Amino acid sequence: MDWEKIGLKMGLEIHQQLDSKSKLFCPCPTELMDTEPDHIIERNLRPTQSELGKFDRAAFEEAMRKLHFHYENYNDGTCLVEADEEPPHPLNREALEIAVTVALLLKMRVVDEFHTMRKQVIDGSNTGGFQRTGLVATDGHLETPRGRVKIENLCLEEDAARRIMETEDGVVFRLDRLGIPLVEITTDPSIRDPNQLRDVAYQIGQILRSTRVKRGLGTIRQDLNISIRDGARVEVKGVQDLDLIPEIVEREVQRQLKLVEISRKLQERSAEVLDEIHDVSGVFRDTESRIISSAESVLAVKLRGFDGIIGTELQPGRRLGTEMADYAKKRGVSGIFHTDELPAYGIGEDEVKELRRELKASDDDAVVLVAHDRDKAEEALREVIRRAEIAIKGVPEETRKALSDGNTQYLRPLPTSSRMYLETDIPLFRIEPEFVERVRDNLPELPSEKKERIMREYGLSDDLASQLVRRNLVEDFESLCRFRVDRTVIASLLAYTLRELRREGHDVDSVDLEDALKLLEDGKVSKDALRDIIASMADEGTAAEEAAGRLNLLLLSQEEVESVIDEIIEANHDMISERGMGAMGPLMGQAMGRLRGRADGQMVNRILREKIQERL
Amino acid sequence: MGYHGEAKRFLESASVEVGDTVRIKKPDVTYEGMVLDRADDADDRHIVLKLRSGYNIGVEISDASIELLERGSAPKIELPPLEVTENPELPDISIISTGGTVASIIDYRTGAVHPAFTADDLLRANPELLDTANIRGRAVFNILSENMKPEYWVETARAVFREIRDGADGVVVAHGTDTMHYTSAALSFILKTPVPVVFTGAQRSSDRPSSDASLNIQCSVRAAASDIAEVTLCMHATMDDRTCHLHRGVRARKMHTSRRDTFRSINSLPLAEVSPHEIRVIDGNYRERSSEEPEIMDRIEERVAFIKSYPGIQPEIIEWYLEDGYRGIVVEGTGLGHCPDSLIPVLEEAQSRGVPVAMTSQCLNGRVNMNVYSTGRRLLGAGVIPCGDMLPEVAYVKMCWVLGQTDDQYEVREMMMKNMAGELQDRSSIAYFRG
Repeated sequence: MDWEKIGLKMGLEIHQQLDSKSKLFCPCPTELMDTEPDHIIERNLRPTQSELGKFDRAAFEEAMRKLHFHYENYNDGTCLVEADEEPPHPLNREALEIAVTVALLLKMRVVDEFHTMRKQVIDGSNTGGFQRTGLVATDGHLETPRGRVKIENLCLEEDAARRIMETEDGVVFRLDRLGIPLVEITTDPSIRDPNQLRDVAYQIGQILRSTRVKRGLGTIRQDLNISIRDGARVEVKGVQDLDLIPEIVEREVQRQLKLVEISRKLQERSAEVLDEIHDVSGVFRDTESRIISSAESVLAVKLRGFDGIIGTELQPGRRLGTEMADYAKKRGVSGIFHTDELPAYGIGEDEVKELRRELKASDDDAVVLVAHDRDKAEEALREVIRRAEIAIKGVPEETRKALSDGNTQYLRPLPTSSRMYLETDIPLFRIEPEFVERVRDNLPELPSEKKERIMREYGLSDDLASQLVRRNLVEDFESLCRFRVDRTVIASLLAYTLRELRREGHDVDSVDLEDALKLLEDGKVSKDALRDIIASMADEGTAAEEAAGRLNLLLLSQEEVESVIDEIIEANHDMISERGMGAMGPLMGQAMGRLRGRADGQMVNRILREKIQERL
Repeated sequence: MGYHGEAKRFLESASVEVGDTVRIKKPDVTYEGMVLDRADDADDRHIVLKLRSGYNIGVEISDASIELLERGSAPKIELPPLEVTENPELPDISIISTGGTVASIIDYRTGAVHPAFTADDLLRANPELLDTANIRGRAVFNILSENMKPEYWVETARAVFREIRDGADGVVVAHGTDTMHYTSAALSFILKTPVPVVFTGAQRSSDRPSSDASLNIQCSVRAAASDIAEVTLCMHATMDDRTCHLHRGVRARKMHTSRRDTFRSINSLPLAEVSPHEIRVIDGNYRERSSEEPEIMDRIEERVAFIKSYPGIQPEIIEWYLEDGYRGIVVEGTGLGHCPDSLIPVLEEAQSRGVPVAMTSQCLNGRVNMNVYSTGRRLLGAGVIPCGDMLPEVAYVKMCWVLGQTDDQYEVREMMMKNMAGELQDRSSIAYFRG
């Protein structure tokens, strides 16, 4: 696709949890809890006045109904700060230092004075009704093969509370995650190529991993901003697999192009959405459709000029009807039916005809049905009407969720610009230039630099070096390199052997690797024996030498090796006279069969060769 | 404006004022944004900018230059007046504010938080109040609770008195929480009210969506519309946003620096549990609403000393008060109502100079009993007035008021020891102090 021509613009927003000892504004641990909470607190949030603009009681009560929350607290894991029962403590300097480190690695300019802000969030995920956040640095950049990308902002902020479940009575959150420090990194929205977007995400990820950040599921979140010239800005949340980014972009662009085309078509047809919601339960009195017959009522709405359009595919397997259904589902129904897909689902042709007659729908019109209890069905159809009206105009600004196949699904409208004001409970924090310089002087090696260096310094292969870097094992590797042992052996032990043993169920994390390597360094065992020795150390909890002895893997002395080889030569006298040096292969096999793990292969080879030559 | 020194000169050099949009250039970075005010206590080396992203930062100015891009306008919050029709079926409740703000408006453009005092502002923030009452709102003064003085108790009492006299069916007083229980105790003595007078406030500022102000004000209005015609204090009962406790004004004490449920009734139970929709009476022994005229006795003696006894306290402290002409002394003693022997001579001296000395306990829970130990007996012998189960702060407030009513030593003693507003009770229930 010609990205330039369609005016593709993309930006990236990455949230990464930091691995500081305590939370951003209190001394609680930054670990999630899986035990039963000790207390549950019940709270309401209230929209502030300026938000409502005019005085509308109905709107206010509707808003209030959804703002009832329960928060799970712990006696030890959380404190009064998360519960919004105590003012925040001063800013966590360790977290700020990590944030400044990331900022400098991204070539950013750190601000002179950090101001903590309150960013209003009233979905309950923050007990205060706002998230605390502050700008740490601006004006950075990254180099990619397709050119330089600007890093606009790096903010240090609190993670939100963890959503545990929804009940009749409101949402339940756990306070363990609330307040864990995060950095939020945003690029400017001028990335033009999907592959470049992936490169940027990957590079930022690599940079983050070289600093003290959390690892594992849910500790990093990538959001994409995607728009095309005639489309709209769409934010795609929750991208898990970076390699999927180009596919997500391509499919989102395709979706927006289709929506633009649909809008043009609808306008040509003078399509129109009628506000009226019809009760068509009568049409389906004797229906064979299970879904419909089990519902309390069936409501319908007529979309004038929409025939054939609702079934238009936007992304593989997703139609305009799917988008409408996603809107409707937000109101608690399981889905919608529309005439572009009927008859089907047990709904017969006669029923469709009857339905069209009842709504006075012409062949150009479409009808959408929802079967549910009356209130829910009506609310759901209002959403369908809203989405259909947008379809006439074009592409809506939305927050969408990334699906595992590269498609995206509607989540909610794009949030309006953030409402922010100063967090007056926390003093302004001057970031001294000396502090920034000290961090600059101690910047960690970037992963790519690290890989190059260990390949060069220790003669490792590209593959082994990549594995060590990716698994964060370089430090262990370099520390073990003080043993005079083949570096490749150490590297592959860390990168592969331990992982295999762990997978086989050996508890290798408790094994003293230095003890095992010492044995190898002293020439008491061969490198081939290392794997079995470590497995035994793990299983039996013994020292390396004892394990090697028990497994009969201690190396034999040269005399002992010679005597074994002598025995073999004696027993194969005929073969040697027959084949001469040609006997080398089979005899080596025999020798290694008896000596494996107890003698160095090269030594066996040398002695065997000498002994055969002697015979000849 | 909070800018001073260098920062002020820096802004003046380009005739930039707060609210203007500027460009600040430094050797390695350029920022554009709106100049915001800076806290008075902050240094003079930084300018506060609100960037387009909404974030504030401080920009160090020693190597910076500034350029005015656009003049700003002063932030103005003007909301159209509400059209609320009075419901003749509902009671008329007055909400008067002394500085504790139960509602705020935020100007997100500048981030400024404005306290809201008018009835309209209150109703915009809490439209549910209209289900309970017709609301009238008025600001008496705006001072931080810690800066309260006895003379402000009197002013507050007069404001409440006027509201009642003008026909209010109940009055809610918004007050900072730090000294709310002093003021509620003062009004308990100064006023004789035929309608409820309810103090309330917030532990979490009212600009935040999670503020406790909302539930507190709703429950307070509910209590002000009730039958409990006493001076009371209404705040969160627990950390949940569910119910409030209605404490007797002379029995409440702030017991936690920050929690929502900071106020507890000491040596008594709360009078009631209140939700926005109902009121559940816990202690039925209260003064009921009547159609009598309100009365006010607002003479106060401000020169009363309030002294905590502690190991190592020196008699000179009390001598100083006597020399300085103080007219009453309330001691917060240890245990059953004690202070070191070394203080007894100076307390006797106070007695002989006609300065009454009252004894309370820093245990808060329980009552003083000065007959158990010899020190107590000697203190009684020196003429010290035992204050029973009265809270130390309440005894202090009461002494201020009593000395405003009479100079007669005998009468002072009688009044201090007599229950006037529920501050004293002979019976100590097991229910008052739970583990």
